[in-house]
Amino acid sequence: MHESLALCGKLFPQGHDVAIEGSLLHGTGKTPGGDIAVLGTLDRAAIGVDLASALASRVLDIVRSHPGRPIVMLVDTQGQMLSRRDELLGNAGYLAHLSKCFELARQRGHRLVSVVYGEAVSGGFLALGMIADQVYALADAKIRVMALPAMSRITLIPIERLEQLCRSSPIFGPGVVNYVKLGALNAVWEGDLAQCLDKAMGSPLEDDQRAARGLQLAGRMQAHPVRQMVLDASK
Amino acid sequence: MEHLEYEFGPWESAKTGGAGATVIAGVVGSGNLEVLIEHCASNGQMRVSVDTSIAGFAQTWQAVMADFAERQRFGNVQLTINDAGATPAVVSLRLSQAAEQWRLQA
Amino acid sequence: MEAAGVSNATDDGFYEATARQRVAALLDKGSFHEILPPAQRVVSPHLKELDLPVAFDDGIVIGEGRLDGRKVFVAAQEPAFMGGSVGEVHGAKLTGLLDRAARDRPDGVVLLLDTGGVRLHEANAGLIAISEIQRAVFRARAAAVPVIAVSAGSNGCFGGIGIVARCCDYVVMTEEGRLSVSGPEVIESQKGVEEFDARDRALVWRTMGGKHRYLIGEADGLVQDSAARIRAAVLPWLGTPVPLDLDSLTQEHARLALRLEQFGDAQDALEIWSRQGVKAPQDLPGLDHEAFMNIAVPLRNSSHA
Repeated sequence: MHESLALCGKLFPQGHDVAIEGSLLHGTGKTPGGDIAVLGTLDRAAIGVDLASALASRVLDIVRSHPGRPIVMLVDTQGQMLSRRDELLGNAGYLAHLSKCFELARQRGHRLVSVVYGEAVSGGFLALGMIADQVYALADAKIRVMALPAMSRITLIPIERLEQLCRSSPIFGPGVVNYVKLGALNAVWEGDLAQCLDKAMGSPLEDDQRAARGLQLAGRMQAHPVRQMVLDASK
Repeated sequence: MEHLEYEFGPWESAKTGGAGATVIAGVVGSGNLEVLIEHCASNGQMRVSVDTSIAGFAQTWQAVMADFAERQRFGNVQLTINDAGATPAVVSLRLSQAAEQWRLQA
Repeated sequence: MEAAGVSNATDDGFYEATARQRVAALLDKGSFHEILPPAQRVVSPHLKELDLPVAFDDGIVIGEGRLDGRKVFVAAQEPAFMGGSVGEVHGAKLTGLLDRAARDRPDGVVLLLDTGGVRLHEANAGLIAISEIQRAVFRARAAAVPVIAVSAGSNGCFGGIGIVARCCDYVVMTEEGRLSVSGPEVIESQKGVEEFDARDRALVWRTMGGKHRYLIGEADGLVQDSAARIRAAVLPWLGTPVPLDLDSLTQEHARLALRLEQFGDAQDALEIWSRQGVKAPQDLPGLDHEAFMNIAVPLRNSSHA
């Protein structure tokens, strides 16, 4: 059984009909609180124009057919598709469209909960993961901006120094623990995943609190205060 | 990074507009710098604070700043510089741009 | 009193100008009031550890002003500072500006974007910042404040900010501008030079540049490199938000699906332009603005319903 479907089994012990279609998975999960729409990617999918369009189509279907139904996004992506074709066709537009469809769902009362179960990288994480109201990850999930060798090439910071920084600084180091500390992840899910999901569904829905959480957890000390300063600045 | 500080003068304050007036010239790009000029109550001194990405040129900075200070004679000002490796020529250019703007505030 | 910017520009060319010069050129003279100006020294807390210089404004100028008398908020990324990239403070300034706009409801927010995307020197903080900016764009739009993205600078508009740009109500570009998610160098380094030769400038601009983006419907406007022309393009969009609703997204979905249908198997922009009905696609890159627009306007894929 594919790991994504095994995950669905754990999330929805009451049953689900999630199916795999290429790099995309979709379906419905049953919970004590009602049905939940499930949408996601698998096998470290690279999100290019085709997959972004297919995902967006599913989001619009959910909005049309199941008003207000919560959506759980299962995230396993190596990031945006790195290809000439996808840039030629305008991948920015497709990823933005997907983001807008999620935003529409949010505005129409669909709670968005994303769960990183494999990898979550860069633009893929942005459009499918961080667009959610609440973002969770399994303990062994991998979240990062970019692979270290590429970062070293671009920043001209020696890779040994980057490795050092990854160990010492949550700003740098990939990984779920750091993303919790920075406020981007609500929590790491362990143990009874159905219970974790249930708890998430019962949490109050709030505006974007990530910067405030980052400050509270002493991971990102400037984001929240700077934003506040801009709001408070005189005219 | 190297941090350098200088003080020149004392001179009279240049008449400039408003207590909160500030001027900025340049940008922190490779081979460039930004310089911020602000009022400062320093008994007529011109205070200079430099943060530069290229260490070891304290003497050059001293010379350039002394020359600038002598020419402009701005009292009670603070100059703060973020430098990303500008040559003395570029430093002088940015300083004179900033000084020109500072005078225009009068 | 706001910090005066020293102008080096001899004309109103946008490409060569600094962020501060761009803001001054875009807005009505003397109308700009900067928020968190350099004197406040709201700098990056992370660069010192990397032995790198800071910028007093962390590479982004934000504030309020007037454009032809109408109230607008503006943000301009400084291309020379760390490639215009988004770090923790830089991102928070932009998020704050958008939230301020959602609250105070100017006639528009104009984003003068010139960035490689995430500031890798601040890695995770940069990526999260971009997500926060994206959400703030949506909040401003929900308050019926149009957000207008301009890509006319030397760094282009790349990475997560490329995605954010296309989340805005409108995008205007110049021929010199670029808009994309992955940059040519990143594609080449990960996928090889066969996939994308990053040094082939003509290929880069055919794939990601203003003319192509305008033709294919990724940009709503294409203007010459001039603050006055950008101003003129932006002006009609002020006070004219694009609704983000099921109807508009359904239409956008159909347009994007059609684009895949029409061009999904094309190997190069030249093939796309040919299918669009351009008689001599190889000539397009070399055409001056007026000649290009004469051909492009009737043939381009629409970017709005």
